[in-house]
Amino acid sequence: MSVLVNKNSKVIVQGFTGSEGSFHASQMIEYGTQLVGGVTPGKGGQTHLDRPVFNTVKEAREKAGANVSIIFVPPAFAADAIMEAADAGIELVVTITEGIPVRDMVAVKEYLSGTNTRLVGPNCPGVITPGEAKVGIMPGFVFKKGSIGIVSKSGTLTYEASDQIVKAGLGITTAIGIGGDPIIGTTTREAAELLMNDDETEALVIIGEIGGGMEAEAARWIRDHGNKKPVVGFIAGQTAPKGRRMGHAGAIIGGAEDTAEAKMRIMRDCGLEVVASPADIGETIKQLLGK
Amino acid sequence: MNLHEFQAKSILRQYGVAVPRGYMAETIEQAKEIIQKLQAETNSEKCVVKAQIHAGGRGKGGGVKLANNYDEAFMHANNILGMQLITPQTGEQGKKVHKLLIEENVYQPGEVEPKEFYMGVLLDRGTGRNLIMASAEGGMNIEEVAEEHPDKIIKEWIDPSVGLQDFQARKVAFALGLEGNAFKEGVQFIKAIYKAYIEADASMVEINPMLRTSNNKILAADAKINLDDNALYRHPELEAMRDITEEDPFEVEAKASNLNYVKLDGNVGCMVNGAGLAMATMDIIKLSGGEPANFLDVGGGANAQTVEAGFRIILKDPNVKAILINIFGGIVRCDRVANGVVEAYKKIGNINIPIIVRLQGTNAEEAAKIIDTSGLKVASAVLLKDAANRVKDALV
Repeated sequence: MSVLVNKNSKVIVQGFTGSEGSFHASQMIEYGTQLVGGVTPGKGGQTHLDRPVFNTVKEAREKAGANVSIIFVPPAFAADAIMEAADAGIELVVTITEGIPVRDMVAVKEYLSGTNTRLVGPNCPGVITPGEAKVGIMPGFVFKKGSIGIVSKSGTLTYEASDQIVKAGLGITTAIGIGGDPIIGTTTREAAELLMNDDETEALVIIGEIGGGMEAEAARWIRDHGNKKPVVGFIAGQTAPKGRRMGHAGAIIGGAEDTAEAKMRIMRDCGLEVVASPADIGETIKQLLGK
Repeated sequence: MNLHEFQAKSILRQYGVAVPRGYMAETIEQAKEIIQKLQAETNSEKCVVKAQIHAGGRGKGGGVKLANNYDEAFMHANNILGMQLITPQTGEQGKKVHKLLIEENVYQPGEVEPKEFYMGVLLDRGTGRNLIMASAEGGMNIEEVAEEHPDKIIKEWIDPSVGLQDFQARKVAFALGLEGNAFKEGVQFIKAIYKAYIEADASMVEINPMLRTSNNKILAADAKINLDDNALYRHPELEAMRDITEEDPFEVEAKASNLNYVKLDGNVGCMVNGAGLAMATMDIIKLSGGEPANFLDVGGGANAQTVEAGFRIILKDPNVKAILINIFGGIVRCDRVANGVVEAYKKIGNINIPIIVRLQGTNAEEAAKIIDTSGLKVASAVLLKDAANRVKDALV
C-alpha cells in the first residue's frame, strides 16, 4: 500500500498548457504517472503532450475519469482552480502554486469543508509514491521504493531527507509535501495519520518549520494513538529570528510555541525522536528500525 | 509588508474608524507648520510627537513625547527626528527616525477617566479563520496578557462564509464593558476595523490602545497594520506605501535581484535553494560552531546570475568569514550549478574568504569534480555532514 497516490491514480493538470504546467506534466509522464489530460479554459478540444485538453475540470473527470488534479495556475487564479476541482468531485487536489493570498485560502478552506476533496498544499512540492506515481515537481530519481513515509513543509528538505534515507539503505512509501503557507489543506497531523494507518509504512519522518502549531498537533496525536511507529522529527529554523518571515509565507515566529525549540521539545515529550541536525535524518531512522 | 502608524491610520480613516487628528512630517520645517496647524484646528496647545519607524515599543525608547505647548512640541520634534531610536524590537543599533506623526492629545480630562483597550484582528492558523482579539487590559503587551491572564482575552472567530456578524461585534463590545455612547461607537469601531482588515488584505490589524475618551468616544490612539505580501498585486495604492528606508538595504537589493534574503548577525553566509533547506542550512552552521549571517533562498533556478547576485550581497557584509552554498539539484543539474558558481566566483574576482559548495542531486559527483579542479579557493562537499565539517574547518 501507499497513501494518496498510486499507479491507479488518474491525474489531470490544471494550468496544463502554461510553461510550468507543461514542463512538469512531461516530467510526470516520463516518471510513469498516469496523466490523463489537462485543463486550460478556452483550449478544450486541443491535444497537448499527446493528452486531451479540457475546458473544465468536470469535463476532464467525466471524459478522462480523472480523480487527482495538480494545479500550476498563477496565484491570482489558484483559489478558483482549487474550488473548481472540488466542485467536479476530484478526490485529491495537489496545489503547487506559491503566493496565493491568505484571504483566498480562508475562503477555499471553508469551501472544501463541505466536500470530500482533500487538498495538499498550496506552495508545496506535491506527493510521490515511488515507482507508481509522482504528482508534483520533485526530482523522481531521489525517491526509491521502501518503507518510510515522509511528511514535510519544505521541498528541497524533503529531497534531502529522501536522499539520506535511500543512502541508508531504506526507501519511501509515500512522501507528502504539505507546503509552507499559513493555511494549507492537509495538515501535518492528517498526513501523519494517513501514514500511521498505512500497512506498508514502518516508520515516519516529519519535517517541520518555525511558525504555526501543526507539528505539535501531530506529535500529540501520535502520542495519544500509542506511538505505533517510530518517528524521526526535524524542525527547520532553530536559528531564525523572531518576527521575520523566512522565505515561506508561513515560516514566521509569532508566539512562544512557534519556535523550533518549542516544537522540538513538544515532539520529544510526545515520544518522537527529534534530530537537531538535518544531516542526521537518514542514519537516525535506520537506527530506530534496527537495520 | 509593514506600514507606519500614520499610514495605518489613514487607511482606517477611510473605513470610518475614528483616529486622532494628526499629520506626518519629514523635516523640522514641516513639523513646525504642523504643530501650528494642529494647535489652530484643535484649539489646544497640547499635542503628541511620535516617531514613525517599523518597530514597536517606541515609547520605551523615547520616541513618543507629550507636549504642553508649541516650544515643547518643537523641542520633541527636533530631538526625535533623525535620532537613532532603540526599542525592544529594533535591536541594539536602533533605527533612524525619518518621519514623525504629530497628533492631538486625545487623553483629556472630562466626564469619565479615559480608558485603554486592546483590539486586534489576525489569522488563526489553527482553524484557518480570522480572529478578533480584544482585551480590557489595553496599552500593555498583549502577548504578556495572553500568557499571564488568558481569561482577560476576548476571542471571536469569524465564519468566512458570512463574515463578521453584528452580534459578534456586540459580544466583544459588551465583554469589554463598554456602555452607552461608547458601546454604540465600539460596535461600529469593531466592524470598521474588521472591514479594513478584510478589504486591505491585511495579515494583522492591531489597535493598542483603542481608547475610550473622557467624553465617551472610541478611537484608535495607535494603529498597526501588516499587509499580506501575496495580495499586494490587488492593492497598488497600498504597495505604494512601502517605505524602503525602513528596510535593510541588503534586503532591498536582494529583492531587486529576485532573491529571498534576510540579514542576520552571524559570521557564516549561506546560499541555498528552497526556504526549508535554507533554514536547515542556517541550523547546520550554528551546530558547526558558527552563526548564520543571513537567510538566502535562490529559488529553483540556481544559475550563474543568481549565484553571482547572491555572492555580491553576502560579500558586502563585513562580518562574513565563510560562505556555505547548499544546493539540492533536482531538476536543476548540479554540474550546471557548479559551473555557475565557478563563473560567478571568477567574475567577482577578489573573494578572500573560504567558500564551501555542497551540491547534491543530479550529477553531484561531476559537480564536485568541477569545483575541485577549478583552481579556486573553494571546497566541495556532497553529503550534508561533510559540508558541516568543512564549515567547522573554515572557522578554525
